[in-house]
Amino acid sequence: MEYDPATYSRILTGVTLGFHIIFATLGVGVPLMIALAEWTGMRKNDPHYTLLARRWARGFVVTVAVGVVTGTAIGLQLSLLWPNFMQVAGQTIALPLFLEVFAFFFEAIFLGIYLYTWDRFKSKLKHFLLIIPVIIGASFSAFFITSLNAFMNAPQGFELVDGVIQNIRPLEAMFNPATPTKTAHVIITCYLTAAFVLAMIAAYKLLKGDRNVYHKKALHLTMVSAFIFAIATALIGDFSGKYLAEYQPEKLAAGEWHFETETEAPLVLGGVLNEEGEVEYALEIPYALSILSYGYPGAEVTGLDQFAPEDTPPLIVHYFFDGMIAIGMYLMFISFLYVAFRKFKPAWQYNRWLLWGIVAGGPLSLLAIEFGWMFAEIGRQPWILYGIMRTPEGATTADHVDSMLYMFIGLYTVLGVSASLVLRKMFRNNPVAHELERRGMDKGE
Amino acid sequence: MTMEVWGIAILWLFLYGYMIVGSIDFGAGFFHFYNKVSKKKHPVNSLIQRYLSPVWETTNVFLVFFFVGIIGFFPDTAYYYGTALLVPGSISIVLIAIRGSYYAFNTYGASDSKVYSFLYGITGLLIPASFTTVLTISEGGFLDISENAVTLDLMALLTSPYSWSVVILAVVSVLFISSSFLQYYARKANDEASFELFRKYTLFWSGPQILASVFIFFALSEHNPAHFADMLDIWWMFGLSFVFFVGVVVLTVLKRNLGTAFILVMLQFFAAWFGYGASHLPWLLYDYLTIYDGFVNTTMGITLIVSFILGFLLLIPSLYLLMRLFLFDTEYIRGNKK
Repeated sequence: MEYDPATYSRILTGVTLGFHIIFATLGVGVPLMIALAEWTGMRKNDPHYTLLARRWARGFVVTVAVGVVTGTAIGLQLSLLWPNFMQVAGQTIALPLFLEVFAFFFEAIFLGIYLYTWDRFKSKLKHFLLIIPVIIGASFSAFFITSLNAFMNAPQGFELVDGVIQNIRPLEAMFNPATPTKTAHVIITCYLTAAFVLAMIAAYKLLKGDRNVYHKKALHLTMVSAFIFAIATALIGDFSGKYLAEYQPEKLAAGEWHFETETEAPLVLGGVLNEEGEVEYALEIPYALSILSYGYPGAEVTGLDQFAPEDTPPLIVHYFFDGMIAIGMYLMFISFLYVAFRKFKPAWQYNRWLLWGIVAGGPLSLLAIEFGWMFAEIGRQPWILYGIMRTPEGATTADHVDSMLYMFIGLYTVLGVSASLVLRKMFRNNPVAHELERRGMDKGE
Repeated sequence: MTMEVWGIAILWLFLYGYMIVGSIDFGAGFFHFYNKVSKKKHPVNSLIQRYLSPVWETTNVFLVFFFVGIIGFFPDTAYYYGTALLVPGSISIVLIAIRGSYYAFNTYGASDSKVYSFLYGITGLLIPASFTTVLTISEGGFLDISENAVTLDLMALLTSPYSWSVVILAVVSVLFISSSFLQYYARKANDEASFELFRKYTLFWSGPQILASVFIFFALSEHNPAHFADMLDIWWMFGLSFVFFVGVVVLTVLKRNLGTAFILVMLQFFAAWFGYGASHLPWLLYDYLTIYDGFVNTTMGITLIVSFILGFLLLIPSLYLLMRLFLFDTEYIRGNKK
């Protein structure tokens, strides 16, 4: 590949974000699950749930560490790789970036306190209350940083006079039309993913023959939560689709391979593009795209024919879009099955197939996060600031972006491998049964 | 004070905060590793861990705050520094990433590993050294700036006596700040052996620390005479810094009032840091960028300052709580309380 700083900058940013969001997603979602477990333990006076919270929290620290350092990395890389973009962003959208750090600060302080005060207070409630600021901090930092991303998709709150930015309205920039759907979608999918990743652990233990009631409780808590989050995700996802139809039609059109503007537009599922640019092997659902976009079958949906070729995103985003939605549906289905079995057919609640389905949900949910981000980010190409600044204009002109790319790939590989080894070892060396026994709670079935 | 000066003062204060808490953290990591391999005073390490564990994440935020804040207040710095610092900046990121992760792996993971401990101990000294690049570059003379390109003259940077003097000062200051804090902490923990060790370190590093500070004046007078002249105008700030330093050494020798001694260390660096910063103004980057031509538009400036104040109203009580529970809780420090 010939040296082109903009292309390398894009790849490096993609690699860093792709790695970071695995940990960031868990960072936003897991505290909520920890809080749910601790709260349940307190309310039911059931030490199993409290232990659950404790063990989750212990593993969580390791993922937080990687999340923090890669978050620091992407924060600095924004300026190193996109100096021209950051110059503009600093003028218009420094506020959410700044607030994000405050939210992160708040979270960091209380996470430190929470982790080290398990046995400090007489009242359990006191300790529980300490996780609330962690959840608030984590979710708000997701909100602020996503609103910055929303601004890149729907820039507003300033005027451009002869290339000079004027009349800036920071709050308007922050609360742009893309903010509500984007932030809501990001936060809810963080919760959903965290629930599934934790459910995966419990399901795996049950499959491996560890029938301890502890794991059953963990599975129940995570699966019920996951089902609720999955429904919310589907609803918010639908709003996001309607947002795209209205404000960024070419992104939706590229995602759906919707080439010609038409009414009663069908939804294209799967398929491949052949040499002539025609769709093959796809499943078409009549009217569905019109319904998805505007809520009624006769709606006219803008196609890619309305845009100049240099303004349209790469068509590959279709796979990410479909992948994300398919996984979302799968997660909803599996968690629904669990809830339904539990209620109507308890004998099947720990069916091997269901448990394997839940185990698969863990990595799949993370994959959906990646797909979703790839769709959102590649789908707004060629713009770094939609309609205002093209991506190469924002990139650095410095040499050596290629060597930096290789250096960071090396770093993330090492961090990823070490983090997995550490987590594995941590829980292998201290299995639940031992800890239950040590804490005098060995009443498992 | 104009809004520009407020902006830079806030950021400078945060960088100062990072310098203090970061130094304690970096130095502690290094001592932790050193004591482990020399097998001298192993109990010292549990003392270090008790301090570091609840605060390591908070320390990092001070840094993030600075580099996010500077883009917010002075967006033009993104263009100049962002372009020029690609390589040194990326190296700093890698060091921070290694340190943060392996600290957590070593502390919270299943077993205490020598390799992990080495990684976070050694990076702790390299990080401050790598950060100094920014300070050095800000003195001018290392960037090649043309119409639409900014390039860093890496050779000039690596062969400059000034740049190396800043590196040396950074590293010895880390060890000095850290050991003077840990001697106080050890005393509070009633851990006499650790106290003696860190007292020895404090006295040992005080010499190189002050020598490096003096040397940096000479190096700067060669490299940037204009800035040096401005520094002489406020010489009393550096004089004050020296007086505080003498106070630290005296109290350490007498083994008395070590809390005060650490406050004096903070004041010593506060005076030197703000003396350096004030004399650097109005330049953000010598000869190219001042705080006036690089400032964000006024609306955003006001919004940022307002949100800074609101954010701080939230942070101060939280930080106070953190310190009450860990730093100033004698029972916790002594390890009697989990």
